[in-house]
Amino acid sequence: MRTLRTPQGIFVLVGLVLIAAMTVLGPLVFTDAATARNIGDRQLGASFAHPFGTDDLGRDLFARTMVAARLSLLLTLGATAISVVGGVVLGVVTAVLPRPARRALSALIDILLSFPWLLLALFFSVIWGATSSGAVLAVGFAGIPVFARIVSTLAASIANADYVHVSRMLGGSRLRTAVRHVLPNIAPPVLVNTAVHASVTLLSFAALSFLGLGVQPPEYDWGRLLNEGSERIYVSPMAAIGPGIVIVFTGVVFSLLGEVLSEKRTRAVRALKGSERVAEVVPSENVVDVKNLRVAFRGEDGELVERVHGVDLSIAPGEVVGIVGESGSGKSVTAMAVAGLLGPEASLTAERLSFGEIDMRRPLDTAARRTLGLEQAMVFQDPLSSLNPALKVGRQLTEATEIHAGTKRGEATRRALAALALVRIPKPAERLEQLPHEFSGGMRQRAMIAMGLMGSPRLVIADEPTTALDVTVQRQVMRALRDAQRETGAAILLISHDIALVSGFCDRIVVMKDGVVVERLAADDLDRAQHPYTRGLISCVPDMTTDRDRPLPVLGMVDEEEVPA
Amino acid sequence: MSHLEFTGVSVRYGHFTAVHDTSLVVREGTTHGLVGESGSGKSTMARVAVGLEKAHTGTIRLDGVDITDRSRAAKLGRRRVQMIFQDPMAALDPRMPIGASIAEGLLATGRRHNRIDREQRVRELLDLVHIDPARASENPSRFSGGQRQRITIARALAAEPAVLVADEITSALDVSVQGVVLNLLRELQAELHLTMFFISHNLAVVRYVSDEVSVMRGGRIVEHGPTDTVLTDPTDPYTRELLRSIPVMGQPLDLSDANL
Repeated sequence: MRTLRTPQGIFVLVGLVLIAAMTVLGPLVFTDAATARNIGDRQLGASFAHPFGTDDLGRDLFARTMVAARLSLLLTLGATAISVVGGVVLGVVTAVLPRPARRALSALIDILLSFPWLLLALFFSVIWGATSSGAVLAVGFAGIPVFARIVSTLAASIANADYVHVSRMLGGSRLRTAVRHVLPNIAPPVLVNTAVHASVTLLSFAALSFLGLGVQPPEYDWGRLLNEGSERIYVSPMAAIGPGIVIVFTGVVFSLLGEVLSEKRTRAVRALKGSERVAEVVPSENVVDVKNLRVAFRGEDGELVERVHGVDLSIAPGEVVGIVGESGSGKSVTAMAVAGLLGPEASLTAERLSFGEIDMRRPLDTAARRTLGLEQAMVFQDPLSSLNPALKVGRQLTEATEIHAGTKRGEATRRALAALALVRIPKPAERLEQLPHEFSGGMRQRAMIAMGLMGSPRLVIADEPTTALDVTVQRQVMRALRDAQRETGAAILLISHDIALVSGFCDRIVVMKDGVVVERLAADDLDRAQHPYTRGLISCVPDMTTDRDRPLPVLGMVDEEEVPA
Repeated sequence: MSHLEFTGVSVRYGHFTAVHDTSLVVREGTTHGLVGESGSGKSTMARVAVGLEKAHTGTIRLDGVDITDRSRAAKLGRRRVQMIFQDPMAALDPRMPIGASIAEGLLATGRRHNRIDREQRVRELLDLVHIDPARASENPSRFSGGQRQRITIARALAAEPAVLVADEITSALDVSVQGVVLNLLRELQAELHLTMFFISHNLAVVRYVSDEVSVMRGGRIVEHGPTDTVLTDPTDPYTRELLRSIPVMGQPLDLSDANL
């Protein structure tokens, strides 16, 4: 639990210990002081002897607050338990029922949710009467719909997971599926919500008691003390503020506990540490010049893990270069570094990392950003997430030139039409007016390429641009890329796991494995590959001529351990 | 005998018909490959076979018994058709040790296993897919993608299926791992005489494992026959287009006519 070592974690830990001490020791230590009447000292203000003052009967209010801790917290925990257990049962049952029953039950939850929570609590406390156990039931039941909604939403997402389908296919009953698969997987978020809910519950008890509906005299909880203190708030403010502080403190501790439990922090890494010298960029003819690029990310245990270990890469104007590698080879990270798109969680060092005249190791100034916006284009694997779903395609195409080059609206639209025509999108004028979801996957990728054509591109970075697409569509996208390259003379950096595709499209191939370049080849020199990994990559993929009677060659160093080759 | 036969199957999602009146036979002891692009309805064929979707019309028979309706015979029959999913990450419960996941497969056999039998069987199955049986108590996150896919195969085999449906099982894997999984399937086929319905968008992979191939497009089967015939001498223009679109190692892409 690394989060416990943060300031927030320490506060929560100390807070929980204090609350536990109040609950356990409060009544033991302070009962005498809390019940000792002393009419002479009645209604005193705050003093050293009585930090919160005294009440009408001269009892010490600080002692009473401490004694009330146990009852307040027990009520809170009891009611929270009712809400959670009830909500989990109702929510899980809702998620695993057959469809008509599921609809009916979730409609019921929705209806219950539409009543304000406090109103439900008041309604229930009328039913069960104004006693402390009645209040526990009232607040507990009022919380059930809230939890049922959270749980059924969480459970519904689990219920659609493949492993739940498998369990049903194997003949597991609904109940078994719920207990074995759904419950364990929703437990962590439910736990977080429980902590937050406890804080809300505490406040609502205070509210109920304050309204006189909760705990009845001679019993008292924090809410009652607050109620009694508020009558004298102008005379001796601490009588009300004292219990208030304790309520707020406990509530805050519970809320923060929820936050700490849910926390997963990624810490930003300071790039370019002071000790490192930043060499001046030597002007070079290449569009991209990378020397000894190293990129590290913060791992789960907080250690820096280097993922790219000293990569060199240069791309001449108009050259088409492919990086081939499997997942974890560092190929995409290298491309992101070239594009200046690595986030603050990456630590990057390089002897040289330049795009044209821009040094990509330094924070970019406005002029550099403008140049990048106009001269570099990116095509990602998933075009749905790189196009804004709420903006018309035409607007997204024209945006970059209007902002960076100050092109007039009419001129920009004219260029957008030409760009869409170049990537062979039919009826470009109509298409400009459409939203991205009206485009097919292949068309979206071509629209991304067209977007790159709007400036004066010198480099198009395409990161697995066709991996999500069908082979026939892949051809259309590759054709659009090639046409774009011929039309503008831009260089292309194509990242892919498919060595056949890369060899068919690129001039040069760079093979990466585990963050290192293992081989560089001209595309038509594939048979002269030297490195065993490259040769393995070439031979382990079945093609239309593979001998079907023999096992496929297996890369010795991949898929680890116990696989017999 | 384990013979899976789709007869005139249609599947609808609302007004959209994903599969139109399709018939197909997976013969005993053979692998039937189904190729098609996204949206062609090929995965729907897999899902309807294992009961994850309902057929709007038509029947699916396993050894002559209809497995599409709600009768008890159909229910038991469906358990004898097991599926392996595309994403091994999503197909394993992240919080359940892999041994327990595989033991779930034993449920489908309908026999009761005591603890010792169960553990013994899980060990055998892990051994069969070349995973160290000593790791049965570890959670899926401790395994690589290829290993996870082999674990889901072991779980499917635990159910002693008559027919194994494999839906894009290598497309989420790295190419080097893909070979390991395909080799494992070949090996299992030879050892266990599996009957398999193998679905993929990757023609080369389908060609490698299948005895017969069907090509699907727009919810219909456009071509069907022995693997060699269909892929060396396709008659349907769409099959030809598919074949031409596959990039060939070391050969420049022919993009001259890549239009719409």
